[in-house]
Amino acid sequence: MSETDIAVHGHGPEVEASPYAIPSRKLATWLFVISDAATFGVLLFGYGYLRTASSDWPTPFQFRPSILNVLIMTFVLVTSSLTMLGAVDSAKTGDKAKTARFLWSTILLGVIFAGLHIREWFGLIDEGVRLFQNPWGSPLFGATFFAITGMHLLHVIGGVVAIAVIARKFDNGRLTAGHVETVGIYWHFVDLVWMFVVPLVYLLNISR
Amino acid sequence: MTVSAKSGNVIVKYLPVYFTLLAIAALEVVIAYQHFSTGSLLAILLALAFCGGTLAMRYFMHLAQETRGLFLTLIPALLFVLLMMNMSWSDSLRLLHMRPFAH
Repeated sequence: MSETDIAVHGHGPEVEASPYAIPSRKLATWLFVISDAATFGVLLFGYGYLRTASSDWPTPFQFRPSILNVLIMTFVLVTSSLTMLGAVDSAKTGDKAKTARFLWSTILLGVIFAGLHIREWFGLIDEGVRLFQNPWGSPLFGATFFAITGMHLLHVIGGVVAIAVIARKFDNGRLTAGHVETVGIYWHFVDLVWMFVVPLVYLLNISR
Repeated sequence: MTVSAKSGNVIVKYLPVYFTLLAIAALEVVIAYQHFSTGSLLAILLALAFCGGTLAMRYFMHLAQETRGLFLTLIPALLFVLLMMNMSWSDSLRLLHMRPFAH
């Protein structure tokens, strides 16, 4: 291709077709999600390693307030996935007002989830749980609990911020439905990770 | 069909998945309060979490609607990495038994 051709037609004809027939941003999000899943996998396996190797691992979670709180948090997060589905669908059909309503509902649910999570943290801190000490047993309980749930909370807060930015820019017409779909994949992933955090971190450590 | 009606339909369409995910979460809590050994409880809870995760990935993240190539590129690689991490269990059990007063 000559320089004149490039000047006239751009690089378009020389660029390869999008792999897997999806936009690059969506592929990048999927690759991020898979690598992030491996990161959470490492954290959860690390936690499993320490839990198995400790003979005095604490089991502090009682039904009230912890497990009940976790159930409510799960309900909130799964519901936010449903509102995100509505947002993606509305964006694809071009209904900006409805997309905005669904996206801001998702943000609200994400904020509620984060609030409940922080309340749970403060409850444990009040009981004396710190990163490397707690009143019940293995001192690493706090380190693993705060690392895993903190990493997830960070993802939730990051997701809320990203959704807020995309909601605003989609409403202004500066972003497309593809962007809403991409942030939707990320948000559902945050929901998916929570499904593994709850049984491993909370339900295996209930107080009997 | 109006735009709004279409958007409403997607919520209705995915309600069965939504309720299944909530039911799985409730079932996990019920099972956690039964008297299973830690190993059995871990296996049951992980199986349920895997079912929930598969539903979320397939229907919420629309992986089922993507090309087979994307699925085959992403998921087997992730499963391979996660399976390889299981090699650490034997070492953690060894550590437990090396403790002089371990129960």
